Amino acid sequence: MMSPILDVSHLGIDFGGLQALDDFNIQVDAKEIVGLIGPNGAGKTTVFNLLTNVYKPSRGSISLTGQDTRGKSIHAVTQSGIARTFQNIRLFRDLSVIDNVKIALHNGMKYTMAEAILRLPRYWKQEKESTATALKLLDVFNMAHLANEPAGSLPYGSQRRLEIARALATNPRVLLLDEPAAGMNPSETQELMDTIHHIRDMFDIAIILIEHDMSLVMGICERILVLNYGLIIAQGTPEEVRNNPVVIEAYLGQQRGE
Amino acid sequence: MMTKKNVGGRYLLNTVATCLLFGAIMLVVESGLINRYMAMMLIPVGYNIILATSLNLSAGFLGQLPLGHAGFMSIGAYTCALFTMAVDMPAAVEFPLGLLIGGVAAALCGVIIGLPALRLRGDYLAIITLGFGEIIRVIILNLDFTGGAFGLKGIPKYTTIPVVFVCVVITIFAIHTLIKSRHGRAILSIREDEIAAEASGISTTYYKVLAFSFSAFFAGIAGGLYAHYLSILGPANFGFMKSVEILVMVVLGGLGSMMGSVVSATALTLLPELLRGFSEYRMIVYSLLLVIVMIFKPSGLFGRYDFSLGDSLGKIGSIFRRKKKPEQGGENDESDS
Amino acid sequence: MTLIYQLINGLQIGSIYALVALGYSMVYGIVRLINFAHGEIIMVGAYCVWFCMSRLALPALPAVAITVIVCAVLGVSIERIAYKPLRKSARISLLITAIGVSFLLQNLAQLIFTANPRMFTNLFTGSIAIGTQEISAATVATIGVSVVLMIALSVLVNKTRIGKAMRAVSEDADAAQLMGINVNSVISFTFAIGSALAAIAAVLYCCSYSQISPTMGSMLGLKAFVAAVLGGIGSIPGAMTGGLCIGIAESLTKGYISSQLSDAVVFGILIVVLLIKPTGIFGRGDHQKV
Repeated sequence: MMSPILDVSHLGIDFGGLQALDDFNIQVDAKEIVGLIGPNGAGKTTVFNLLTNVYKPSRGSISLTGQDTRGKSIHAVTQSGIARTFQNIRLFRDLSVIDNVKIALHNGMKYTMAEAILRLPRYWKQEKESTATALKLLDVFNMAHLANEPAGSLPYGSQRRLEIARALATNPRVLLLDEPAAGMNPSETQELMDTIHHIRDMFDIAIILIEHDMSLVMGICERILVLNYGLIIAQGTPEEVRNNPVVIEAYLGQQRGE
Repeated sequence: MMTKKNVGGRYLLNTVATCLLFGAIMLVVESGLINRYMAMMLIPVGYNIILATSLNLSAGFLGQLPLGHAGFMSIGAYTCALFTMAVDMPAAVEFPLGLLIGGVAAALCGVIIGLPALRLRGDYLAIITLGFGEIIRVIILNLDFTGGAFGLKGIPKYTTIPVVFVCVVITIFAIHTLIKSRHGRAILSIREDEIAAEASGISTTYYKVLAFSFSAFFAGIAGGLYAHYLSILGPANFGFMKSVEILVMVVLGGLGSMMGSVVSATALTLLPELLRGFSEYRMIVYSLLLVIVMIFKPSGLFGRYDFSLGDSLGKIGSIFRRKKKPEQGGENDESDS
Repeated sequence: MTLIYQLINGLQIGSIYALVALGYSMVYGIVRLINFAHGEIIMVGAYCVWFCMSRLALPALPAVAITVIVCAVLGVSIERIAYKPLRKSARISLLITAIGVSFLLQNLAQLIFTANPRMFTNLFTGSIAIGTQEISAATVATIGVSVVLMIALSVLVNKTRIGKAMRAVSEDADAAQLMGINVNSVISFTFAIGSALAAIAAVLYCCSYSQISPTMGSMLGLKAFVAAVLGGIGSIPGAMTGGLCIGIAESLTKGYISSQLSDAVVFGILIVVLLIKPTGIFGRGDHQKV
C-alpha cells in the first residue's frame, strides 16, 4: 500500500482558551481531491493556516511525504510541497500577472544575485525558461494573453484563477484551495471544476478544497470532511455525507440560527 | 517577448547614452559654461542621487520605512575617511578601495540592524531604525578615533566629478538590474503582500535583510564620496534631519521610481543653491512638500513610472512610422539618467 | 543618598515622559499612527506659555490655560488637515505625513523664534526638605500634577461615555461607526486630550529645565515614544509605567555612567524591548488575520 502524501494526526489549536480546532485527522493520497465543508466559523480556514504553518498548532503533528513540518517557516513549508490560495484573494496587485507567477517560480531558478546584477548568461537562460513556464501555466487558465496586465486590474474570477496558477508555480504536492469558487457565476464555477480536475491530472497533485458551493464540492470531491465547532463531525464519500443526519443537523441548525 | 538582439541593442543604446551624458557634463564643466561653484555642486547632486536611489530600494521597492539612512551614510563616510587617512597608497587605489570598504561596513551594519529590526512591521521598523541611527551617531560622538564631537579633519579631497558619475551609474545599474531579477521580484512581492510572498515560497526575512543591506551599502558609498568632498566630517552632519532629507527626495520623486529619485535628488540639491536667500526657508519648504505630496499625490511626481530609453525611442519611432505600437515588454528595460 | 536623588530626578522626568507617552499611546490606539508631530506640540506649548508670561505678562494660571487650549486646537487641526485625508491610504504615507508635520512645526518655530533658546522662569520656587535631602518644589509639583492627571485620564477612559466610545473605536473603528459612534469626533477628542496632556508636560518641563528651543520637542517626544512602546503602545497604564522606567533609567545613566550616553541607553532599551516583547509590558498581542 502507498503511504499518504499528507498525514495529519490529532491536530488542534487554541486561541486564548477557545478550542478553534481539535483532534483533526486526515490522510490524503496522491491525486486525491478532498473537500472540507462546514458552517461559517467551523475552523476550515484554521486547518489551512495550520497546514501551512501560518499558525503554530497547540497539539498534533503534520507530516508531508513522511517529513515533519513542525517548526518550519511558512516559506519552507511551501518549498516542501504545500501551496495554497486565500479566501480573501492575496495577489501582488500592483505587479503584472506574469510576475505574480514568476515570483512563485523563484525557488526553481538558481542564478545568484551577482549573476543577476552582472547579467551573466545563466540569468538570461533561466529568466527565459521561467517566462516560458509561467506562460504555459497561465495558458492552463486561459490567461496567457493577460500576462502583462497588473494583477489587481483583473476581474474577480480571473484573480481567483491567477491565485491558483501562482500556487501551482511553487510545484506543490498538495494544493489547498480556500473557497476557489467564491464570487463566481455558475458557468465560471463549472469551468473551474473542469480546471481543477485538469490540473490534478496534469501536475499529479492532491487537492484539498474549502467550498460553500455544494454543487462544486459534491461534483468533484472524492471524499468530504465536515467540520463543526472545530471538530470533524462526519466524513465519507459525497453520497454518505449528503445523507448523514449529523451533517444535516449542523447545517439546518446553522440556518435556524441565522 | 524580447529577442536577444533587441536586448543587446538596448545595452548598446544605454551605454552610448551614458557616455554621451558624461561627455556633455565634462564639456560643460571644462569649457566654463557654468561657473566653478555650480560645477562643484554636481558632486552633492551625485551623492544625493545615490542616497535617494538606495533608500528607494528599501522604501519604494521593499515597502518598509527605514529612518536611519544617514546612519549608514555616516558609517561609510567615517570608514572610508579613516581608511584613506591611515594607509599610504596612490589615490587611484586607496580611494576606490576605501569606498568599497565603507560600503561593505555599512552593509554589515545593515545586516546587524536589519536582522532584528526587520522582524517588526511598519511603524515599529521605522522607529527602531531611527533608534539605531541615533545610537550610531552617539557612538561616533563618543569614540576617540572618530574625533568625537570635533570630527575628522584633513580628509584628502579625492571626490571628483568623474568619480561621482561612475558611482552614480554603478548604483543605478546595480539597483535596476537587481530589481529586474528573481531577487528583485521577491523584494517587490514583500511590498505587495508579505503573507502571500511567504506562501509563494519567498523567505521574506532573507530578502528584507538583503534589500536593507544592499541599500545600506550604497548609502555607505555615498558617505565615502561625501567625506572626500567636504574633507571634514562631524557626527552632527548625520542626524535624523539628514535621513528625513533623503526620504523627502524619495517620496517626492515617487516611491518605487528610480527616475523619480534621480530627478528629485537633483532638483532638491540644486534648488536651494539656485535661489539665494531661500536657505532659511528650505526645511519649511521640504516639510510642506512632504505633507502636500502625501495628501494630494501620495505616489510622488513619477509614481512607479520608470524611464526607458529604448521604449521611448521606440514610441517616437512608431509615431513617425505610424505602425502598430511596439511591444511593451518591460522586463529587460534599461533606465538611467 | 545620591541614589535617592537620582531616583527622584528620574521620577520627575519620567512623569513628564509618561504624560507625553499617553498622547502617543492614545493616538496610536485609535488611528494606528505614530504621531511624530506630538513632540512638536510640546515645543509649541513651551513657546506658548513662555510668550504668554514673559511677553504678555499674564499670570501663570491663565497662561497655562491658554497653552492647553492652543495645543489642543493645534493637535486637532493637524489631525483634520494632514491625517484625516490619508486615513484610508497606506500606513507609510500617513507616517511620512506625520514626519512632515513635525518638521514643519519645528522649522516654523525656528523662523519665528530663532534657534536661540529662550529662558523660562520657574513657576514653583523654593524647595522641600526631606531628611537631609532638598527636593525642589518643581519636582514635587511635576510628580503630583502627573499623578492627578493620570488618575483623571483613567477615570475618563474607563468610566465615561466618551471613554467607552474611544475604546470602541480603538477596538474596531468600522464596527463602532455602525454602532452609531461618531468616529471623527472621537478621533478629534483623542488628539485634543493627548495634546492637552503634552501642553501640561511642556509647562512642567520648562519649570525644571528652563530652556526653550525649536528642537526641544523632538528628543523629548522620541523618548516619550520609547516609553509608550516599552509600556505597550495603546495601553494607558503601560504609558505611565514606561515613562517612569525610561525616566529612571536615563537619570541613573546620567548619574553613574555618562550623560552623553543616556540617549543611547534609552534607544537601547527600545531595541531590546522591541526584540524581546514588541507588544511591551502591558500590550496585547495583535493577531494577524489571514
